[in-house]
Amino acid sequence: MIYGLRDLMPGSEHEVKVISRRFDLPNSASIDTYLANEGYQAFLKARKMTQDEIIEEVKKSGLRGRGGAGFSTGMKWSFVPKNIQKPRYIVCNADESEPGTCKDRLLMQFDPHEIIEGMMIAGLAIDAHKGFIYIRGEYRFLIEIVEKAIDEAYARGWLGKNIQGTGFDFDCVAHSGAGAYECGEESALLESLEGKRGIPRIRPPFPAVAGLYQSPTILNNVETFATVPAIILKGGDWYHALGTPKNGGTKLTNISGHVKRPGCYELPLGISLRKAIYEVAGGMEGDKKIKAIIPGGSSTPMLVPDQLDTPMDFDSMAKQGTFLGSGGLVVMNEDTCMVEVALRVMRFYSHESCGWCIPCREGTTWLKKMLTRFHAGGGEERDINLINELAQAMLGRTFCPLGDAAAMPMISAVKHFRADFEAHLNGNKCPYEGRQ
Amino acid sequence: MPELVKFKLNDKELTAEKGTLLIEAARQNGVEIPAFCYYPGLSLQAACRMCLVDIEKRPKLATACTEPVMEGMVVWSDNEKIHTARKTTLEFLLTNHPLDCPVCDKGGECELQDMVFRYGAGGSRFVEEKLHVPEQKWSPVVYYDAPRCILCYRCIRICNEGMGVGALGLNYRGVNSEIVPNKGDHLECEECGMCIDICPVGALTSGAYRYQTRPWEMTYVATPCAHCGDGCKVTLSVRNNQIMRGNNRDASGLNGEFLCIKGRYGYDFTHSAERITKPRVRKNDELVECTWTEAIAAAAAGLKAAKTHGVIGSTHTTNEENFFLQKFARQGLKTPHIDHRRSADFPALMDALAGRPATPSALATSRDVLEAPAVLLIGNNPTDQHPMLAWNIRTAVRLRKQHLYIVNRASIPLVAQAEAAKIAKAGEEIEELERFRDALAKEKDVVIIFGSEVKGADITKLVAFGDTLPGHTRYIALADNANSRGAVDMGVLPDLGPGYQPAAQAGMALDEMLAGNLEAFLIVGANPARRYLIQAGKAFVVVQDMFLTETAQIADVLLPSAGPYEKGGTVTNTYGEVQRQKLGLLVNGAKTDLEILSLIARAMGFDLGAANAATQSNEVFEEIRRSVKGYNIAAAALWTGSAVPAVTLNGAVPHRDRPDLIASSNDTLFTSGTLGRYCSALSAVAEAKERKNPEGIGK
Ligand SMILES: Cc1cc2nc3c(=O)[nH]c(=O)nc-3n(C[C@H](O)[C@H](O)[C@H](O)COP(=O)(O)O)c2cc1C
Ligand code: SF4
Ligand code: SF4
Ligand code: SF4
Ligand code: FES
Repeated sequence: MIYGLRDLMPGSEHEVKVISRRFDLPNSASIDTYLANEGYQAFLKARKMTQDEIIEEVKKSGLRGRGGAGFSTGMKWSFVPKNIQKPRYIVCNADESEPGTCKDRLLMQFDPHEIIEGMMIAGLAIDAHKGFIYIRGEYRFLIEIVEKAIDEAYARGWLGKNIQGTGFDFDCVAHSGAGAYECGEESALLESLEGKRGIPRIRPPFPAVAGLYQSPTILNNVETFATVPAIILKGGDWYHALGTPKNGGTKLTNISGHVKRPGCYELPLGISLRKAIYEVAGGMEGDKKIKAIIPGGSSTPMLVPDQLDTPMDFDSMAKQGTFLGSGGLVVMNEDTCMVEVALRVMRFYSHESCGWCIPCREGTTWLKKMLTRFHAGGGEERDINLINELAQAMLGRTFCPLGDAAAMPMISAVKHFRADFEAHLNGNKCPYEGRQ
Repeated sequence: MPELVKFKLNDKELTAEKGTLLIEAARQNGVEIPAFCYYPGLSLQAACRMCLVDIEKRPKLATACTEPVMEGMVVWSDNEKIHTARKTTLEFLLTNHPLDCPVCDKGGECELQDMVFRYGAGGSRFVEEKLHVPEQKWSPVVYYDAPRCILCYRCIRICNEGMGVGALGLNYRGVNSEIVPNKGDHLECEECGMCIDICPVGALTSGAYRYQTRPWEMTYVATPCAHCGDGCKVTLSVRNNQIMRGNNRDASGLNGEFLCIKGRYGYDFTHSAERITKPRVRKNDELVECTWTEAIAAAAAGLKAAKTHGVIGSTHTTNEENFFLQKFARQGLKTPHIDHRRSADFPALMDALAGRPATPSALATSRDVLEAPAVLLIGNNPTDQHPMLAWNIRTAVRLRKQHLYIVNRASIPLVAQAEAAKIAKAGEEIEELERFRDALAKEKDVVIIFGSEVKGADITKLVAFGDTLPGHTRYIALADNANSRGAVDMGVLPDLGPGYQPAAQAGMALDEMLAGNLEAFLIVGANPARRYLIQAGKAFVVVQDMFLTETAQIADVLLPSAGPYEKGGTVTNTYGEVQRQKLGLLVNGAKTDLEILSLIARAMGFDLGAANAATQSNEVFEEIRRSVKGYNIAAAALWTGSAVPAVTLNGAVPHRDRPDLIASSNDTLFTSGTLGRYCSALSAVAEAKERKNPEGIGK
């Protein structure tokens, strides 16, 4: 079933709608709606700006990559070398697969033209004339929507040769992945897009210098591109002021777990976790206590209720030893078994490890097997430390950050919830069984 | 001069060439950084994480296999952090690796065992269930045992990058990842076994060897391969007088990493049930077994009774044997009629190059092919006929950006590596060269390599063409067999004696002898009856051979000879590089051709000088060094296993051009003249291919 907007975005007075401002309009995905509501105006404006002016405006906005790493978008664009005689490419990362994250899908479902326009502006900024949208294989229904938007844009002269008489050419293609989380990692994505096995590349060189087909490439997340038109239209300073000083703008945040109103909300950066959970998402279901919070998708280290006043922005999260990540907030109540959470997370990562490097391939599988045994009551005292040690042995030693993504939640689970692990010892069955 | 940079490794100040990978820079300075996926010359993977090092000011450990050394870099490869990282990586590897070392072929020579021994933990903390999948047979010679595979991707790369075949790929993902043949369940490839050699563990095993013995039960003999004219060194693993395996364990030969299917698996003719191990003489038109004494006496008597003799030598026997054979013919039997099956026109080449200095030589060695900026290949299909040459060219194109130009009658696999290739009609090869003139004129130095298509007057034209090129042009003529070149150099020719010196009296060539009315033949390790009709019954025929070949069947006296792995001596490859053949094992009943010849000589009362009574080839070799022009080579280098080029450019070579006699037997990778028939692995592979691809073997 395809969920409607209300199921996915219940709405909140704390929202500041920039990139989701058109979602409510009837037929919001159509080009007519888009054009009637500032659509493609940013492109026309950017067409009159120089490449440096565009990049400067994006830098000013403080926009940081929405794919998880939070790298400055303007900076990234400025790394593309100016004097290489090669085609340049724009690649949109729509592989959204991080558990707890389902924001890019809304942009694709309700406002695909906004993404295309963002990519075109990136094209102007680096003189690229071809864009690819790499959509995760499981998002089949979205591929149709995005392809329809692309077709419309071609039909109406917003893609193709000499767009609206501006003399700028831009082609755009949607490409479907085959169902691998790892293909969201930028270099694995590029390999996959080139038709090869989805394994990461050795870096340097980075995509800005040698990306798709070894050519200079800008690769950004869906939400990152979708934010660009508003920045160009209303100015970098305006966008920046929506968030906190070093963390400009708004962010689509998914709140899931044991909250009353789970869903996606566009929130200004810097809103506190407490506000997000208790006000935006309506508080905890059954008014139970919070036990743990995954702040930015399953790979980010967990937080505990003591840390509820942390502002949700890149730097504040980093101070707490975790990450804002992709904005996938998962809230768990006091009746949650953290051993089972760890197992669930590890099942995901061992299934998704591409297998290229030893610590991730073998480490995730070992941990999955051990946690399965442990949760079933077969745990031994020494296993608890071993979970931490194995995760530490993966951390920072794998080929790509997937290994870290798998390791970090394990380390935080053992650190904060050792008691849950101990409760499973001596053949005890899971103490949380039946409590949810 | 390459730029040098200073760096610090484990608190020691060191230098390395700028751009050198840390792992190599460390090796050059005597520090081992362990690695599984890194392999010199192959693309970088950064997958195994064994090579992690600690670099100052870096938050994370870095892979030494991908980091170039930089000026002022401070690196540790030997601290607590690194020890822990290595230990846990190995522990991770062992989780799914079956600990079946006691039965694994690789046990005792396994890189994983060695690494665990050196860097691993004493115990394992893994108590979960291991993954298991059954082993797979990919071809008669290549088996894959997925659980043992540590996914270093060396096999995929050696096949893709080194062999240019690309038969292997990777399937599934995560812990289920496994290496697969790209054709699904079987290989359609060169069956070279390079993937087996390069596999650090026992995941890829050899169909010819698996589960037969343990590495420490064997002795190892590194000796030139018995098959083609390239002269790769193969390591024979011998147990109880039986060759259990051929591989490139030694890797000290001019072939470097390389061995083809023939070098690796083509040894078991030695143990073929069809070997003749007892002498036979013809009685009542039947070959019946007899004693050596009786056979030698019969041979001597028959040869003595005849007034005219023809002698046919071999492209597989040693230089010593061929040298002694021509002496036996010319001084003993006093016949000028001696020849062998020729596949390259060496006399024409030496003659065309007459007068050139010894250094820099106008003849190229196998190493020169690797280092040459450009190669012009005319005729031949090295992928089939000279696999090491093909490997060298691919390597040079890949790693040194060598330019390859091809003129051939058909499109050969090396075209994939070529800068430019032209199809030429038979006989028009030399004319076609004009098309490359401009391109070749821009190359620094060119090595020109040609097959049996170019011979006689064409060689003179070719050299004239080469002379117009601006750089130093060198030449290689390609001959079929392990000692084809040696047979020519040793004077097994009707018009030339050893060292390309004119024979005192010119004799009949092979075809003339066989069509003529000679009264007796002595045929050593050759099978002319395969091609020519020999009038048996008319002439008295002595044959020395390992098998009952077509020729052996018409013999009056048949003397069982020892194979190339059963004797010492020297052989000369097609590049003129002399190598020492080592005694690997003895096969009961057979005698070396040298010994047989000297027995006959003694029985006939010949005085053939130092070699007369020689059963030790060393003495004959000393005579060769003393008396054969160009063969006064450094014996010490030879004795320690090196390949030493003979200096065969010694002035004009007045020879009789017989281009019609120069022909390659066009062996494929899976055939090797008469010898190949008795190699079970070669036949098994050829049969498997025939079943899969009835259109043509290896094509
Ligand atoms: C294992 C892994 C999975 C990732 N998956 C995604 C993804 O699904 N979507 C995404 O935008 N970025 C993903 N990333 C981050 C990308 O590598 C890359 O940093 C990002 O797309 C850059 O875009 P941005 O600068 O706009 O954030 C992933 C990274 C890793 C290591
Ligand atoms: S950490 Fe290694 S195995 Fe895991 S996904 Fe990245 S490259 Fe693949
Ligand atoms: S035997 Fe040789 S050609 Fe065949 S898969 Fe192995 S490396 Fe490739
Ligand atoms: S089969 Fe051997 S060489 Fe190939 S990936 Fe596995 S361990 Fe490495
Ligand atoms: S050798 Fe460096 S990662 Fe394998």
